[in-house]
Amino acid sequence: MRHFLILLKHELRMLLISPATYIASFLFLALMGLLYWIILNEMATTALEELPHVEFFKGFWIPTFFVVPLLTMRSIAGERSSGTLDTLLTTPTSRISVVLSKFTGAYLFYLLLWFMTLGFPLIVDKFFPVAAASGRLLEAAPIIGSFAFIAVSGILFISIGIFSSSITRSQLVAGMLSFTALFIIIIGGQQLSALEHPDYGLIAYLPGIVEYLQIFNHLDDFSRGIIDTRPLIYYTSLGALLLGLASLVIKAKA
Amino acid sequence: MKPPLSIRANELTRRFGAVTAIHNVSFTVKHGEIVGFLGPNGAGKSTTMRILSGILPAHSGAAWISGISVAEHPREIKRKIGYMPENNPLPGDMRVVEYLRFRARLKEVPRKNLHKAVESAMETCDLARTARRKIIGTLSKGFRQRVGIADALLGDPQVIIMDEPTIGLDPHQIQGIRKLIDSLRGRMTVILSSHILPEIERCCDRVIIINQGRVVAAGTNRELREEFLPGNRFLIEIEGSKIALQKKLNEHGLQVDILNASEAKQERHKLTLCANETIQGSQILQALYNADHCIVHSLNKSEPNLEEIFLAATRRSWEETIEMPKPIEPIDRAGSDGSISNKSIKKQPQNKI
Repeated sequence: MRHFLILLKHELRMLLISPATYIASFLFLALMGLLYWIILNEMATTALEELPHVEFFKGFWIPTFFVVPLLTMRSIAGERSSGTLDTLLTTPTSRISVVLSKFTGAYLFYLLLWFMTLGFPLIVDKFFPVAAASGRLLEAAPIIGSFAFIAVSGILFISIGIFSSSITRSQLVAGMLSFTALFIIIIGGQQLSALEHPDYGLIAYLPGIVEYLQIFNHLDDFSRGIIDTRPLIYYTSLGALLLGLASLVIKAKA
Repeated sequence: MKPPLSIRANELTRRFGAVTAIHNVSFTVKHGEIVGFLGPNGAGKSTTMRILSGILPAHSGAAWISGISVAEHPREIKRKIGYMPENNPLPGDMRVVEYLRFRARLKEVPRKNLHKAVESAMETCDLARTARRKIIGTLSKGFRQRVGIADALLGDPQVIIMDEPTIGLDPHQIQGIRKLIDSLRGRMTVILSSHILPEIERCCDRVIIINQGRVVAAGTNRELREEFLPGNRFLIEIEGSKIALQKKLNEHGLQVDILNASEAKQERHKLTLCANETIQGSQILQALYNADHCIVHSLNKSEPNLEEIFLAATRRSWEETIEMPKPIEPIDRAGSDGSISNKSIKKQPQNKI
């Protein structure tokens, strides 16, 4: 635990002094700001069923595809290619502490980025009080629900990035791997559910499994305030598995 | 009571796929000794050092640091060693003092001693006044090496393992590193690898030579000299004929071999003579006194340096490898058209070709 905290502090410090972090933050906030503006614009012209923040969080996958690889690709691959992973492993630090500190650092930063998007409704509220008069912009319940989804799904997404970074020494390859894995897990599940499937044999069980893996459905549930334990277990267990595998990979590739 | 061995490696073997990096490597290092680890590129030096530092597990064999098994208690031994890897990887975007504090915390230096430990390591490596607040990425190679050594010294380890600490340094910096290593003598056990043989010769108490993953020689310079280049060697400068010299020495019962001779300038030759241990320089001078066609201009006793010993030891191990009997390739390895592949030709013993 002591090593974990030392490494986490170091990790956060390195994230704060790395230009890649600021590039990722700028791109993220610019893109999400634009998305929020488009949603508000659309609301002004046509009536939307959902609250603006629920609509906003439905676009979570857009920044995830580039923010997660940018935040995680350097973590272990960078240390390995520069050789500093070796020096780290010659101290009494355990491999799992190294992996967990990398994960926690990137995860906290990921949450911070999303937390900063709360500024959008506040800015609208401040500068366009008439538009915000209905109170729908800052309705707490959907915001909390959507944030809970971001926090829980982030465990899996960041773990994918850390695992991808652990299996290669090239940061570029790590980034590409994590982008591909995120694409498959987010978009692939949605596409699978769109397929027609016969209802016989083992295939009959497939729709249930595909439904379980539907990340967009999880977001719907969370934003409506339904906290289901199944997606919680899905994200945390798969995340823990990937982090465990990353630790084993570090040992195997020493 | 006999002090425990600082490092003990017993038949360490490590493979990378089909390649055996080290095979049955065994050696011991006593407490306070400075030992040089020599070998050509790819000999297995770094692999052995990585196994000793607990980064890499051995496929067979065992190693102990201060009596503690590396494989069974990896965390315990990591508290006892300071390791500086090859190429000395350092984070380029941290300041020297910040990096050393971070490393000291990771090495479990108690909080109250942290400041003192970092200052002491920086002082030993002459970083305290010159590079304390500098960003590591902007430092020269020599200073980066010093930071690596300061890191290895943190936490007062019992054993320091340094992989090529003098690589890429200029002679002044090498001298500085040598003085630094000298200052550790007796306090800590140091094991270091280097390609700069005169450096190893000057600062190490003992040398271990490794070639093709095997320890081919181990001992002090004197012991290695006696094993690989026995006898007395003399550098002689004569005016006249080499044949006359050889004949005259033989007449006096001195069995001497001429190892190498430089180009003659105005009939002057510089020769290296190899004689057995009983033959002294005075006997050679006596034999050549008033000799016809052979005037002695100078005679010096020559001590073989580590480079010559290293070349002799590695050459011997190469020859032994080549002469090792190998199974003859079965006939069915031949191609369908009766031709033998390159692979099978290569596998035949070379002395039979």
